[in-house]
Amino acid sequence: MTDRVEVRRTAKLYIGGAFPRSESGRTYEVLGQDGELLANAARASRKDLREAVVAARAAAPGWSAATAYLRGQILYRVAELMEGRRGQFEAELADAGAQDPARGVDASIDRWVWYAGWSDKVAQVMGNANPVAGPYFNFSVPEPTGVVGIVAPADQALLGLVSRLAPAIVSGNTAVVVASEPHPLPAVTLGEVLATSDVPGGVVNVLTGRVAELLPWLAGHMDVNALDLTGCPPELAADAEIAAAENVKRVHHGPDVDPFDARAQSPYEITALMETKTVWHPMGA
Amino acid sequence: MTDVEPTTDLSVPAEPVMPAWEYAPAPESTEIVRLRERYGLFIGGEFVEPATGGTFPTISPATEEVLAVVSEAGPEDVDRAVRAARSAHDQHWRDLSGAERAKYLYRIARILQERSREFAVLESMDGGKPIKESRDVDLPLAAAHFFYYAGWADKLEYAFPHVEPRPVGVAGQIIPWNFPLLMAAWKLAPALAAGNTSVLKPAETTPLTALLLAEVIQQADLPPGVVNIITGAGATGAALVEHPGADKIAFTGSTDVGKRIQRATAGTGRRLTLELGGKAANIVFDDAPIDQAVEGVINGIFFNQGHVCCAGSRLLVHEPAYDELLDKLKARLGTLRVGDPLDKNTDVGAINSRAQLEKIGELVESGVEEGAQMYQPPCELPDRGFWFVPTLFTGVSQSHRIAREEIFGPVLSIMTFRTPEEAVEKANNTPYGLSAGVWTEKGSRILWMAERLRAGVVWANTFNRFDPASPFGGYKESGFGREGGVHGLEPYLRLEGRP
Repeated sequence: MTDRVEVRRTAKLYIGGAFPRSESGRTYEVLGQDGELLANAARASRKDLREAVVAARAAAPGWSAATAYLRGQILYRVAELMEGRRGQFEAELADAGAQDPARGVDASIDRWVWYAGWSDKVAQVMGNANPVAGPYFNFSVPEPTGVVGIVAPADQALLGLVSRLAPAIVSGNTAVVVASEPHPLPAVTLGEVLATSDVPGGVVNVLTGRVAELLPWLAGHMDVNALDLTGCPPELAADAEIAAAENVKRVHHGPDVDPFDARAQSPYEITALMETKTVWHPMGA
Repeated sequence: MTDVEPTTDLSVPAEPVMPAWEYAPAPESTEIVRLRERYGLFIGGEFVEPATGGTFPTISPATEEVLAVVSEAGPEDVDRAVRAARSAHDQHWRDLSGAERAKYLYRIARILQERSREFAVLESMDGGKPIKESRDVDLPLAAAHFFYYAGWADKLEYAFPHVEPRPVGVAGQIIPWNFPLLMAAWKLAPALAAGNTSVLKPAETTPLTALLLAEVIQQADLPPGVVNIITGAGATGAALVEHPGADKIAFTGSTDVGKRIQRATAGTGRRLTLELGGKAANIVFDDAPIDQAVEGVINGIFFNQGHVCCAGSRLLVHEPAYDELLDKLKARLGTLRVGDPLDKNTDVGAINSRAQLEKIGELVESGVEEGAQMYQPPCELPDRGFWFVPTLFTGVSQSHRIAREEIFGPVLSIMTFRTPEEAVEKANNTPYGLSAGVWTEKGSRILWMAERLRAGVVWANTFNRFDPASPFGGYKESGFGREGGVHGLEPYLRLEGRP
């Protein structure tokens, strides 16, 4: 046993590629299974959330215009770097009470790889040439919807989050994530992985704090295009959906299955946060 | 005044390209339509009286004459219709094989083709749209829609591989007054093909073709309760939206009402698709085939009196083409024939209702007050009925109400741009995102523009084309979900993972 004093990490927010503390100066205690203090996580405010949406919007044009091949490689790179940090993720999942932390990390890494491969296939599988009754070439393609707000599930703090985030961003959306409130540390670490994975700053923004405090502002924000409420506590969902109507947000609830279940990953999780664009052009010599 | 103002003197109407032609009246006979004096609600396969006994008249917007009296469905009637749909779904329709469901839909398509003229005339009588549009657009497309989705009914597993497509259940479907029968077809065909049953509510100003469709459904021997058609206004629609037995709500109409419906269904887990308003940009570059573009722009905004959610209501003109295009548009405007919807020569029919006429008038007034320049061709309007002269506005700025709000009438707001980037920026500068038009001979520019326009449908060198195989629906506040094509099935299916 060395007497060296460990250098602890400060658990910060991840906004626009940077790691700020909450502008509010607030933190909250993250506790382990035995009630021990794991960290003072940043408790994001309404203003932090707005900054995150601004960053996500600013990142949207570049990310959505990146080639599908490039986005696929970047998501694959996230998986690569998660492998390098697997010890840290496993420890954090163990602290969060996971029965089999290694399995959770394996599945999370594999989920990034699975969705990475969809980047240049989703338009081929879900797009169409439409045989209209007239001299027109007509095709439909899926396109990213824009900025997606994600409430990560409270349990399965890593796989639950990755299962929502990867299908959201692989198509070119950008995201504002509200991390698991009781177990935010895997999300904080994932932010650090994303920052070094060639994912452009602002594509993913991770907020830690009180879901009940942040969600109304996320749901009502006029520059957020869609909400993934799969991880949302049921008692908060109805009000969030009401707020979402203000700018006709797309509201998605993913499959109600264990994230380890094979049904938890699907190309429909990608298209749920995409638009379909149809283009017509006359044919003629 | 900006530096892009037209040199044209706005006070003088442009010369028509050709000498004006006199057209002899060419009225379509209404003899083919047999109207009842009074219509009940179509519930469980038959026409029944509403529980409250409430009724309201439906009038011809061209003559203001009462065509028939229809029933007003109250909450009790809505409940009865939803229960009829539920029982038809659970006891029969859900378990019927897709191949058998398909044959019922094929029957409906065929009967619509057989009775097409009758429907077209009635559509024009009740809604005010020109007979040539109801005859050549609404009816063929409505029949085609049933025919197209009939073929999907027994092929759903090919559309959605690796998941088990299952019907959602009972669909509550609320449709608008601009394409009454066609919207009924857009709603019913995919819902039934996917194994759902339906409670359909047509708009209160245009209920008659939906009620005639009920007769077609009887003729097709559709099992009772698979399709229920209830008439009424907003309160009837609200009762349907709030009914917990409606597993899925599909709405086409205004963005304002769409938001209310989204709030009403929030937190219920019931499915929702919305096809809402639009403020589409029709973008014309200087290299466009100008004469074709003129026809496309005119069709884009004056088709169906501009009562079209995807209407090209904002014209964005490349500055070098502005003078020529404006002259040609004015000349073309002068040749539009406004009047009797049943006259086969009519281009622009009656405004659908007095309320809509007032809304158009109010917005046009705001355009004048906010400083845009209005142009209307000389135009004689009938003495009775609801009419609005085809109207252009120039000198429009993006902040004007006529550039931001959906007018849903024959009013075009014209703006200019210098670069493709500016055209995209202006086109996307709206909360709506239903459709857009691009006119240019340059193929690479079409694709570049099409990629950047935030709209569900992009028409390049054409406008207002529709087809059952082509998905239709909006981005942003124009709604979510698609109608048409394989995409149009998804809102009516649960895609469950294989166990």
